[in-house]
Amino acid sequence: MNIHLILQMASEAMGYREALICGDTRLTFEQLGEMAKSVAGQLSGGEKLAYLAEADPAFPAALFGAALAGTQFVPLNYRLSEEQLDAQLKRIVPAKLITEKSISVEGIQCVSQGNILAGEPSQGEAPDEDGAVAIELFTSGTTGEPKSAILRHANLMAYIFGTVEFMSAEEDEAALLTVPPYHIAGIAAVLSSTYAGRRMVQLPNFTPESWIALAQKENVTNAFLVPTMLQRIVDHAGDNLDLPALRNIAYGGGKMPRSTIEAAMRLLPHVNFTNAYGLTETSATICMLGPEDHREAFASDDAAVRRRLGSAGKPIPSIELLIRSEEGVTCGAEEVGLVWVRGDQVSGEYKGLGSQLDSEGWFPTKDRGFVDAQGYLFIDGRADDVIVRGGENISPGEIEDVLRGHGAIKDVAAVAVADTEWGEAVGVAIVCHHMVEDDELCALIRANLRSSRVPSVIKRMDELPYSETGKLLRRIIRDGIAD
Amino acid sequence: MAQIYKPGTKLSSTVCKTQIMALRVPSEELEISCGGAPMQIGDPAELGAMSGENAGTLVGKRYTDEAETMEFLCTRGGDGSIAIEGYVIDIKAAKKLPSSD
Repeated sequence: MNIHLILQMASEAMGYREALICGDTRLTFEQLGEMAKSVAGQLSGGEKLAYLAEADPAFPAALFGAALAGTQFVPLNYRLSEEQLDAQLKRIVPAKLITEKSISVEGIQCVSQGNILAGEPSQGEAPDEDGAVAIELFTSGTTGEPKSAILRHANLMAYIFGTVEFMSAEEDEAALLTVPPYHIAGIAAVLSSTYAGRRMVQLPNFTPESWIALAQKENVTNAFLVPTMLQRIVDHAGDNLDLPALRNIAYGGGKMPRSTIEAAMRLLPHVNFTNAYGLTETSATICMLGPEDHREAFASDDAAVRRRLGSAGKPIPSIELLIRSEEGVTCGAEEVGLVWVRGDQVSGEYKGLGSQLDSEGWFPTKDRGFVDAQGYLFIDGRADDVIVRGGENISPGEIEDVLRGHGAIKDVAAVAVADTEWGEAVGVAIVCHHMVEDDELCALIRANLRSSRVPSVIKRMDELPYSETGKLLRRIIRDGIAD
Repeated sequence: MAQIYKPGTKLSSTVCKTQIMALRVPSEELEISCGGAPMQIGDPAELGAMSGENAGTLVGKRYTDEAETMEFLCTRGGDGSIAIEGYVIDIKAAKKLPSSD
């Protein structure tokens, strides 16, 4: 298989449809198909194609063009320091690098976004090699050296075939793309929109003002947002957000605070919300909480139904999911353990480290969570973030949920801090709306949870550190509290 | 010309523009035809005459046998109908999932 087939089918069956809008540039699927051929025409020597820039029309052209040429696409994070970037570039040589920056690394040949599209188009067919790799994607490396996840053509195609029907978008549909090219959701959005025939509206630099203005101007019907983006839109909008064309908002990439999704549903009652849970290593979405689940939970007085607004939903039909204890025993309903998944879209493989799948094809996501009696998945956080106090495992999520219920708390993170008596203890970083005493917060936790959950340190901050794609940077908070 | 196919294999009609890709196939010999003529790997130099069912194929649709033991994606539509061992296979009903990205 080859992901180029997605663009080939789109340009043959609906080449006249508008594919991409970026600033003043407007392209049809047929034109995007020609651009991908031009990119492929410049990739002859088997070198990889890296991309170090914000999303613009060269991004989808490069993604499909690399596939057409039978080489790997490697999108890189343009927010990295020079040193981090050099280290990643050295791991992908030889490669052509699409960038406007001046970079000098042996084996890396720089080419501008304009020049990569200016070549003689390739007339060849996309190669169909068994097990060929489509994309190498560096993980964020929050706990150590970034790992390079390998996504094969077959994984990405399995995701598309499992979740999208060809040409299923109405001609008026438009998706607003805000996630950067180096994030799996940014790649998945290009593949699904193309296969569905939905036009893509690129917004490279997210601000709530620009997102709202572009959504209004282009009559955007669909959007994907990470939680921090949705929160900023809600904050900016106040009581009124005039987006009559908008039908669907999908969100993912981090934990969505209950207050944010509730505020968004109140602000946009006509919009369908979908929570999409997935990882880089699973070729994007593996579980979904759909619009009906959102509405039912929002309207319910039953606490068990209402809490589903914080659920990752149920596995999509092409994915199997299990919760296993640390010892590998399958957990029952409500029992917290590690999340394991299986399916053709799951790659679970890193360059140099090989496959992480067990002998039966199950992949350990390293996320902790549980499934309720109705099969809804609740994610508790990363296994690495668990606080181990005197041998007892404490989930940061349970402490954060309790504190978030206090009116003074705007944002909160619980992390492990070194403790001479217990090895680790609970440290909490808070952002407050107004003044609150430590004692009051400690009493709240003692009343709702066990005393071992009571923080030994509470640090007040102006805001918590998040990555550009909305991941809470716990390591920075841990380091900040340790100082 | 029955043979064993694997997922990802693309077959072209010899009587119309139809092209299909195997998504799921049993590991047994299959005789796959379109418009009454055997399908082949790679497009034919010229098209032959239609001699079988010609209800046509639609690009992007999944085709499956009655027992759903196999599944093919139509990657290019045409005038012929696809048949396995002489039995015409039909469009599989799409399951609609919410848009997740």
